[in-house]
Amino acid sequence: MKQKNLELAVGLLVALGLAAFFILAFKVSDLTSLGDDKGYRVTAHFENIGGLKARAPVTLGGVRIGRVVGIGLDPQSYEAVVTMSIDPKYNRLPADSSASILTSGLLGEQYVGLEPGGMDSTLRNGSTIKLTQSALVLEKLIGRVFTNMASGESTPPKTP
Amino acid sequence: MMASLAELGRFVLGRLGRLGRATLFLLQLLRALSFLFGRPGLLVKQLHAVGVLSLPIILVSGLFVGMVLGLQGYANLVDFGATSSLGTVVALSLIRELGPVLTALLYAGRAGSALTAEIGLMRATEQLASMQMMAVDPFPRVLAPRFLAGCIAVPLLTGIFTAVGILGGYLVAVVQLGVDGGSFWAQMQAKVQLFADVGNGVIIKSVVFGLVANWIALFEGYQAQPTSEGVSLATTRTVVDTSLAVLGLDFLLTALMFGEW
Repeated sequence: MKQKNLELAVGLLVALGLAAFFILAFKVSDLTSLGDDKGYRVTAHFENIGGLKARAPVTLGGVRIGRVVGIGLDPQSYEAVVTMSIDPKYNRLPADSSASILTSGLLGEQYVGLEPGGMDSTLRNGSTIKLTQSALVLEKLIGRVFTNMASGESTPPKTP
Repeated sequence: MMASLAELGRFVLGRLGRLGRATLFLLQLLRALSFLFGRPGLLVKQLHAVGVLSLPIILVSGLFVGMVLGLQGYANLVDFGATSSLGTVVALSLIRELGPVLTALLYAGRAGSALTAEIGLMRATEQLASMQMMAVDPFPRVLAPRFLAGCIAVPLLTGIFTAVGILGGYLVAVVQLGVDGGSFWAQMQAKVQLFADVGNGVIIKSVVFGLVANWIALFEGYQAQPTSEGVSLATTRTVVDTSLAVLGLDFLLTALMFGEW
């Protein structure tokens, strides 16, 4: 009888532990999104990708339609090459769609936003997005503002 | 001058000898593990002692650690209007660091010290010696079941601690402070990776910590001076050495796993 109770308690411990691992796998980390790499690959060349990282979302109209699977550098043109995997559900995107790197919120992560074009032919596996817009690099923007200010004022303001 | 040099040398040699004995002890333990395939009853009893009886402290501490993380994270994130990423903060800090480390520390205090005292007293009352006199090797019957039970219990307890902690964070953040529940889980799922975070953090770390904690506890008990003072000293040393080893190893493992970020 005592041994039975011991076995029951240990069984409870093991069951609780396994349940905890299942929660960590399915509820906390998104195991279900791991296996969805069945999408077709589309590449885009950017002058500057800013802080874009692999696994970043690819959206169209705010809806997530894929993810960034690879980031590389074109050795000839020195442009960043971003490879995206797009969900096959969305296989009717016009071939002249444009891609830009956007930031969610002021300090959020960067993602690729697609803007649909008007052509009849569609993007397919291996095709390249021609129209791209680079990431907005905050330092360059601030630098431009400062040069504008400096050229606008003939003398720098004196501090008393 | 010479005396202090000799003292230093003695100290270093003593430590090295101890490390060597500990390593041999671990090898003997590992060799004795195969005996347990024939006697699972021994293992169940020890799993109850170190695992099931540690559950209350693990559950309560996990809940409160998660609740505190939720509260503190909220207080900091609310200034940036980023409370929706509270789930990520709670989950990542628990999964990568706090879950494995705090579980190992609690385990050392709750179960490791008890293991040392038990083995030390067995030695002090010459139970181990009498077993050897009957040509019974104490390693497979006494030490190996405790070791294996501990190594199984620590990862399970770590998983429970982490899951309960995240639940505690959820209770404070969503139920009490009114963070949006959907974004709490969604942001968490978007940022927590199964293999990089849960696999490295919870699983690998907890297996390593469980091995080290039980190794130290059993070795200290086995090496204890067979007096009441010796046993109390060994128990103290178990808790101190395990805590230091776990914290040091945690830094090393974190640097290895998450270093490039």
